[in-house]
Amino acid sequence: MNQHVTPQLNRRAFVIGTAALGGGLALGLDIPFGGPQIVRAADGTPEVNAWVVIRPDDTVVIRIARSEMGQGTLTGLAQLVAEELACNWSKVTTEYPTPGQNVARKRVWGDFSTGGSRGIRTSQDYVRKAGATARMMLIQAAANEWKVPVAECTAANSVITHSPTGRTTTYGKVAEAAAKLAPPADVKLKDPKDWTLIGKGVKRLDTPDKVTGAMIYGIDIKLPGMLNAAIKDCPVTGGKLKSYDEAKITGMKGVKKVVAVDGTAVAVIADTWWHAKTALDALPIVWDEGPNAKVSSASIAQWLAEGLDSGPAYVGNENGDVKAALAGAVKKVEAVYNYPYQNHANMEPLNATALYTADKCEVWCGTQNGEAAFAAVLEATGFPADKCEVHKVMLGTGFGRRGQTDYVRQAVQIAKQMPGTPIKLLWSREEDMTHGRYHPITQCKLTGGFDADNNLTALHIRISGQSILFSLRPEALVNGKDPATFAGFNATGDAVIGYSVPNLLIEHSMRNPHIIPGFWRGVNVNHNAIYLECFMDELANAAGQDPLEFRRKLMKDHPKHLAVLEAVADKIGWGTDAPQGVYRGLAQLHSYGSYVAAAAEISVTDGNKIKVQRIVASTDPGYVVNPAQVERQIAGSFVYGLSGLFYGGCTVKDGRIEQTNFDTYNSMRINEMPKVESILMPSGGFWGGVGEPTISVAAPAVLNAYFAATGKRIRSVPLRDQNISFA
Amino acid sequence: MANLTINGKSFTLDVEPDTPLLWAIRENAGLTGTKYGCGIAQCGACTVHMDGAAVRSCGVSVSEAEGKQITTIEGLTSEGVLHKVQQAWLDNDVPQCGYCQSGMIMAVAALLKDNPKPTDQDINDTITNICRCGTFQQVRDAIHAAANA
Repeated sequence: MNQHVTPQLNRRAFVIGTAALGGGLALGLDIPFGGPQIVRAADGTPEVNAWVVIRPDDTVVIRIARSEMGQGTLTGLAQLVAEELACNWSKVTTEYPTPGQNVARKRVWGDFSTGGSRGIRTSQDYVRKAGATARMMLIQAAANEWKVPVAECTAANSVITHSPTGRTTTYGKVAEAAAKLAPPADVKLKDPKDWTLIGKGVKRLDTPDKVTGAMIYGIDIKLPGMLNAAIKDCPVTGGKLKSYDEAKITGMKGVKKVVAVDGTAVAVIADTWWHAKTALDALPIVWDEGPNAKVSSASIAQWLAEGLDSGPAYVGNENGDVKAALAGAVKKVEAVYNYPYQNHANMEPLNATALYTADKCEVWCGTQNGEAAFAAVLEATGFPADKCEVHKVMLGTGFGRRGQTDYVRQAVQIAKQMPGTPIKLLWSREEDMTHGRYHPITQCKLTGGFDADNNLTALHIRISGQSILFSLRPEALVNGKDPATFAGFNATGDAVIGYSVPNLLIEHSMRNPHIIPGFWRGVNVNHNAIYLECFMDELANAAGQDPLEFRRKLMKDHPKHLAVLEAVADKIGWGTDAPQGVYRGLAQLHSYGSYVAAAAEISVTDGNKIKVQRIVASTDPGYVVNPAQVERQIAGSFVYGLSGLFYGGCTVKDGRIEQTNFDTYNSMRINEMPKVESILMPSGGFWGGVGEPTISVAAPAVLNAYFAATGKRIRSVPLRDQNISFA
Repeated sequence: MANLTINGKSFTLDVEPDTPLLWAIRENAGLTGTKYGCGIAQCGACTVHMDGAAVRSCGVSVSEAEGKQITTIEGLTSEGVLHKVQQAWLDNDVPQCGYCQSGMIMAVAALLKDNPKPTDQDINDTITNICRCGTFQQVRDAIHAAANA
């Protein structure tokens, strides 16, 4: 039945992945740095440092290590560098260093991984320092040229001025001389109150090509002599490719070759992808579906339900004595919730292009983790690092799926069977939907206990279900426990529960079905926020108290949590009459270092048709680099989260995922989505994430409003399974 | 073989008559601004104009497109000047990842041709493209901006 999947440790990926986690650990790859004193960009321009290249025409090229997939990180990171560099923003362009260059230069650009809402918050310090260092070197070079004390020189807008004489020069004129200087040892960053570019909603740097069709995504890569591949992997994870009848498609137009991939998949290589796909669809394939061929959603649900009451569980957060407190409670409330598998459904289906020769391998792809993709190429080829390269291109969204490298590995395995010919592997939408790295499936039992005065004295939360780290990053487990499953529920850290309950126990019964889980925008907070925030509403209702007032009493020790919640309550008009037929719901959570809350107004017709009238969302991410992009991330996270709530949910039958395309796994359209009124309230002193935190409160705010409207408590996602839809 | 007129240019393409127009455009004509999203006319990423009307090119065969004027995102720009919808997209910073935006822009350009001042309800009824980034508010704002341009 349900199998515990044994994770396959990939040695090179492990080495690089571990180094990435350590942040500065040496890589297990020995590439001599070498080269000339001045490092030059491809066009010959000297680097002022690894992050900043300034051309003689004053163009500023800022290197971006993280991946842009729509979230605006590329622009935000450039703002961070440019703020300290004091350069002319209108002259800024960006480029990606490659993972191969990063290895060769001893990880001078640090971590490439772009997930966990980390892009800005975990690199803001060193990229700002890079900008400040470059500025100091440029000013020093000008001072040297003028033979004046550096203290008499200032820089702004790419112009260096010698204050006593009023002489000026530009960055472009002194960049070559600056590149020869030793970087200063002592670099002081600006006080946030002096920022002029950080905090400004400047336009994205990557828009023009996106409105003309000129932007190149992985799917658009063209190389001389390139062929195209379509692939089918065994529909049941854990199964194998048994045989295929190649004779049936030989002679079909454009077909060049049929190849097995890693013993589990088969690919057709053809002149065009359409020919490859057409032939693949006609290819008779026999699968050995393996030990999971009988697993169904029902069997998984039953196995998870058993974990709600029995068996071992990892403790994530505990204070007081929950069992004793519940035993002595005057009133108890208990509820069971669940959250399904979800597919990322990236707009651009997965793809990668590989060129393999006898001694070299290059890959072009959209990836959220260039270094992991690079490690996958090394692993698949056995080549040393200096014989491999990955060229990153724009992602047609990632949402966590493109942090995995299965599709990169496949492309290399296919290309290896046709050396010298570049091959673009593109998954069909159906392949993409059925071979995801799914949002993990969980159930949750919550029990609350009250004393005679209706005070909440005990809260027991027991999650039963899947661990992502168990499958994808087992080295990050702590004595078997997956700490990430407690996102939003922790006592300390960047995802802390916002309620103080005298007796608290939060635990996880880990049960790992064979469906491979993954990091799906927001990750574990998607279900945890529903469990916690809908149940808080249930408790408030049981206590006969207003949901906001009930929460407020428990949030005294969590002023930042409370501040964002009160901000949305205030803006939506909580405590005042809503328009006729309109009902409100609230939710809050802390995750990825940011405090977020939402208030929703909905109307319900016929008991099951929901119109979301209004959404107010607040975030305190510490600092806001680009408010325009933060607002877009908040609104977009609601589209993604509510799509999952209303339309999502991947089900399992005969061991395989049943949903194959947008007709069975739908996504919200413009008519279903109201304007999101966002409240940015950065309180400073810490750096929180932006891309993910607000998705957590989307679903519970709407579900709580649905209860207010109908008196019906929804504890199961998606809503389509309960015959609830958009109006 | 099929003869197609794309962006005012004639193409003789080595494709079978039942090849979806999307793939003829992308792989045979080499115009990759038109995107593949679902292949079943659900998402709209592949939207182009056929004789001025928005169509989902994954659901149109090459044989149906022969003799028609096909316009793709690359053909919307005229002599280097952005179409007013593209300009509004740029001014309003609409795209996030941008992958679905070629199709979104083509759908909106067709809407504005038929209905120069669409209401929010008109937009809701007509623009049914999927955007997984969820940049819908910017799309709506930019449609109104383009209508008033």
